[in-house]
Amino acid sequence: MVFIEQNDNVPADVSLELLSRARELADNLGLEVEGVALGYGLQNWLPNLGAYGCDRAYALEDERLAHFSSIPYTKGLVQIIQKHQPRFMLFGATTTGRDVAPRVASTLQCGLTADCTDLQIGDHKFKKRSYQDILLQIRPAFGGNIIATIVSPESRPSLATVREGVMKKKETHSPPTCRVIQESCPWESGDFPTEILEVVRQAKNVDLKTEKVIVSAGMGASSPESLKLVRELADLLGGEVGSSRPVVDGGFLHKEHQVGQTGTTVRPNLYIACGISGQIQHRAGMSEAKRIIAVNSDPEAPIFDIAHYGIVGDVNQVLQRMIKAYKQKL
Amino acid sequence: MSLNMLVLVKQVPDTQNVTGEAMRPDGTVNRDALPAIFNPEDLNALEEALKIKDRLGGVVTAMSMGPPKAADVVKECLYRGADKGILVSDRGFAGSDTLATSYALTCAITRLSGFDLVFCGRQAIDGDTAQVGPQVAEKLGVNQLTCVADILDISRDRIVVKRQIENGYEKLAASLPVLLTVTSEANEPRSANAKRVMGFKRIVCCEDAEGTDCWPCEPIEHIKQWDIQAIAADAERCGFSGSATWVKKIDNVVLTARETKGIENSEPGISGLINELMEEHII
Ligand SMILES: Cc1cc2nc3c(=O)[nH]c(=O)nc-3n(C[C@H](O)[C@H](O)[C@H](O)COP(=O)(O)OP(=O)(O)OC[C@H]3O[C@@H](n4cnc5c(N)ncnc54)[C@H](O)[C@@H]3O)c2cc1C
Repeated sequence: MVFIEQNDNVPADVSLELLSRARELADNLGLEVEGVALGYGLQNWLPNLGAYGCDRAYALEDERLAHFSSIPYTKGLVQIIQKHQPRFMLFGATTTGRDVAPRVASTLQCGLTADCTDLQIGDHKFKKRSYQDILLQIRPAFGGNIIATIVSPESRPSLATVREGVMKKKETHSPPTCRVIQESCPWESGDFPTEILEVVRQAKNVDLKTEKVIVSAGMGASSPESLKLVRELADLLGGEVGSSRPVVDGGFLHKEHQVGQTGTTVRPNLYIACGISGQIQHRAGMSEAKRIIAVNSDPEAPIFDIAHYGIVGDVNQVLQRMIKAYKQKL
Repeated sequence: MSLNMLVLVKQVPDTQNVTGEAMRPDGTVNRDALPAIFNPEDLNALEEALKIKDRLGGVVTAMSMGPPKAADVVKECLYRGADKGILVSDRGFAGSDTLATSYALTCAITRLSGFDLVFCGRQAIDGDTAQVGPQVAEKLGVNQLTCVADILDISRDRIVVKRQIENGYEKLAASLPVLLTVTSEANEPRSANAKRVMGFKRIVCCEDAEGTDCWPCEPIEHIKQWDIQAIAADAERCGFSGSATWVKKIDNVVLTARETKGIENSEPGISGLINELMEEHII
C-alpha cells in the first residue's frame, strides 16, 4: 500500500514513483497495489492513478484534511492500515511522509525504515527462523558512507519512507482505471489540534529530475564568471544547471539546483561536473547518469573515478572550448 | 509564566568530517574511529529552549539516552544554560531502533513531573531517520510540530511556528504541551558559558534508582543516571528485543573506478568529444 501524498489535489511525484515500484514488486509476488489518500476533492484525480499501476485507492475525504496535519492523518492512516492489513506500507520521504510515517509506525508498533533508496523482495534467516518474500529496505547511513539493508519481518506491515527521485515513474499506455473506495473515519474535534495559519509554496522553477542534460557547478566553478559559462553551456545544450552542496550553502545557487544525497537524485543522459571534487554524497545523486564528463584542475580528484570522460584543466577554459566547439557544429 | 521544557539530545559519530584516520585502506569508513560529537540539530533544539527561557523564564532539562560517555552531551547542555541533566543509560538499550528508543525515552519522560514543551533536533547525523521525535510524541500522546525553522510566538498555552516544507513553509499554531523538532535554520546556537563551565566541569553522573524528578533547585549536584528499572520500562520492549527493524547487512561504500577516457584540454580534444556525443545523440 502506498500513501498518496497530495498538495492542492496534485499527487506528489514521489507517490507516483512508489506506485510504479510497488507495481513491479507486487507483480513478482502476485499481490495487488493499493493507495490511500487523505484530502478534499480526491475523487477528481484518484481514478487516474491506474496509469501508475494502482489497483485500488482508499479515499478519506474531509474538508479539514485538505492540507496535511500530523494528528488527523495519523489517525486516518492507522485506521485504513488496520482495516486492510497491507504487507508493506510505503511513504515518500518528504516533510509530510517523514512527519506522519513515524507516528503511524509508533501507533502500530511496527518497523519503519527511513529514507530508502531501493526496495527489493528477498528472504531473511534469523535464529533458526526463516522469512520468505519480505521487504528488503536499502538505505545509506552514516552520512552515506555505508549502505544498510534493513528488514522488519515481524511487522505487519513493514513501513518505509523512500527518497524522491530514486525510483522511476512509469506510466502505462492503456491505463486501467483505479477503483476508488470511499472510507470514513470517526473524527472528533480533538483530532485537529494544529491550526494551519498559512501555507506558502513557491512554484518549482527547476526540476532537475526531468532534465536530459545537466551542467553542474562545484566550488571550483562558483565564481560569477564560471557560473555564467555553466549557465551558457546548459542553455546551449537545452539542459539545466546543477550544483554541489557547498555552492548552494554558499548562496551561489538555489537549493533546487543541488544534486546529491541531500539534494536531487538525477539520471540525465549527460552530466557535466565542473569543479566538483566528487565526494560520496555528491555521487549518490548522479552516478547513474548515462554519460559523465568531469572537468577538474586536480588530476587526482575522485570525480574522475566515476567519469566516462575526464578533462584535466581550468573550468573556465574548458567551458569556453566546449561552448565554442558546440556552436561550430550547429 | 514559567515553562517546563525538556530537550532530547544525542551523541553521534561525526559522519560529516570523515578524516584520514577513519578511512581504511580499502576506502571504507571505520565508524569506531570517528570522534563523538553533539548531534548538530540537537544544539539548535537546545538553543530554542534556552531562548524561551531567557525571554519568559522556565526550567530546561536536558535528557540523553546512550552509553555512559553520552554524559558529555548532557554536560554540554548544562554549560550552555540547561538547568538539569539526565542520562538514560543501560546495557539493555543496545541495538535499539527508533521504536525501542522512543519507548525508553517516553518511559523516562513519564518519570518527570510534566512538561510544556519537548524539543528534539530534526534528525541525527548517524542514522538520519528523523523518527524518534514523532515517535516520542505519539507515545506521550501529544501533538508534534516537525521541521521547525522558527518559533514566531509563544505564550503559556500556545505556540506559533514556521515549519519548513518543500519549496516553502507553513505557519502553524498549536496548544501546549507539544513536541517540536528543530532544524539547523532555526538559530545559531550559543557557545558554552565560561562561568557555567567552571561550575559544572566536575559534575558526575549519579545513579538514581527512584527515577523521580526532584532536585533541590539550584545548584544541581549531579547528572541523574537512570537505567531500565529507574524508568520502569519493560526490558522486552527495549534494545534489540524491542526493535522491529533489524539490520540484515551492511555494505561499505567502496568507490569503484570506472574506465575513464581522458580528453585532452585543447580545442581539437574538446571538439572531438562534442562530436562523439552528438553522433551518439547524447546531445
Ligand atoms: C550528510 C551529508 C550530506 C551531503 N549531501 C550532499 C549533497 O547532496 N550534494 C553534494 O554535492 N554534497 C553533499 N555533501 C557535501 C560533500 O561531502 C562535499 O563536501 C561536496 O560535495 C563538495 O563539493 P564540491 O565538490 O563542489 O567542493 P570541493 O570538494 O571543495 O571541490 C572543489 C573541486 O574543484 C576543483 N577546482 C578548483 N578550482 C578549479 C578550477 N579553476 N578549475 C577546475 N577545477 C577546479 C578542485 O580541484 C576540487 O576538486 C554532504 C555531506 C554530508 C556530510
